[in-house]
Amino acid sequence: MSNKLSTLVSNPPGSPRSGPRSILTNSGPPPFQYFLDAHREAVWRFLVSFLGRVDAEDCFQETFIAALRAYPRLRGDSNLKAWVLTIAHRKAIDAHRERARRALPVAEIAEVADGSGEGMVSHPVSAREETLWEAVHELPARQRSAILLRFIADLSHRDIATTIGCSEEAARRSLHEGLNKLRKVIT
Amino acid sequence: MTQKIEQLLRRGAPNMQDIGGEAGAAARRVSERAAAEGFADISYAPVDSPFGTLHAATTKRGLVRVAFPEESVESVLERLAQRLSPRIVEAPASLDPVKRELDEYFAGRRRAFDIPLDWSLIGPFGARVLHVTSEIPYGGVLSYTEVATEAGSPRGSRAAGNALGANPIPIVIPCHRVLRSGGALGGYGGGLNRKRFLLELEGSLTPRQ
Repeated sequence: MSNKLSTLVSNPPGSPRSGPRSILTNSGPPPFQYFLDAHREAVWRFLVSFLGRVDAEDCFQETFIAALRAYPRLRGDSNLKAWVLTIAHRKAIDAHRERARRALPVAEIAEVADGSGEGMVSHPVSAREETLWEAVHELPARQRSAILLRFIADLSHRDIATTIGCSEEAARRSLHEGLNKLRKVIT
Repeated sequence: MTQKIEQLLRRGAPNMQDIGGEAGAAARRVSERAAAEGFADISYAPVDSPFGTLHAATTKRGLVRVAFPEESVESVLERLAQRLSPRIVEAPASLDPVKRELDEYFAGRRRAFDIPLDWSLIGPFGARVLHVTSEIPYGGVLSYTEVATEAGSPRGSRAAGNALGANPIPIVIPCHRVLRSGGALGGYGGGLNRKRFLLELEGSLTPRQ
């Protein structure tokens, strides 16, 4: 169910819809469960990259509970993905600051698989990747956000701007500068 | 040839394993918590039955909708979102009492439902008709005319039939206990075979050879 729906809910406004849900464009938002199913993966990937798995769980809960509280005020044609990632991004920054304040170690980047292994699709991690991700976490906040929103959450430049709260031009610049720094670290 | 940085980034951080499974599990915890702590207005879940998989939805007031297997869950939820609230989550635990009572009913061990009902999808005339219907005891039947008369509209048996056909909580509000005056089955939103099945289960109808 969620797969079929996620493609429909993720359609940008005005794009042709393949399903019987066109009534959504001129009324309230879709049932919350569909919204959650459509965007849970992007939000989870984003939070795990930003914070590490342990803090990602709490942040994920807070993000979607906050979204649920505000949900009935949305319009059916709102950009739901950019909206929920805006909330997730804000929660992630708060959690990051909170952690810095408590002076706990930064994201457990090299964290090892903790599951029983079943169904895991973990990829072999090269030293180059380890270096890359350490470098990502050392980027200035806005550049790191732009990089993660672009490549992990797969947002457009315009949506990144909305999410971070800057101009589209500034979002492109942050992304560009971030990538340049990463290129210097790994070749 | 080395991979471009963009491609490496897209693979995700090395601490990501089963992203789909983890995100799904985290989302289920959101749904259950939203239902348990009252952030959600409507919870729904699939419910097994002899008819196949039903879907049941409950609000804070009570059971608001039971959908037959061939109804599209998507459109049932869309309509709930538009008429009541879009704060809808799939939260099986919230439907446990409903599941238990339906199981007992289909096993022949329950003759009346105790779960609270939410009548908010039912209009004023429908409410009069369905209140009368909900008073028909297990094993009993009434005719459309009798129900219409009891509901205060003696000449409204056709309208009463329509209200019964629009019953959002079938089985639990026993619209299957309303027949034509001559004893013919009449109609049923879930199909006549199911109406016959329920009446046979309750002993109001002798199983056919």
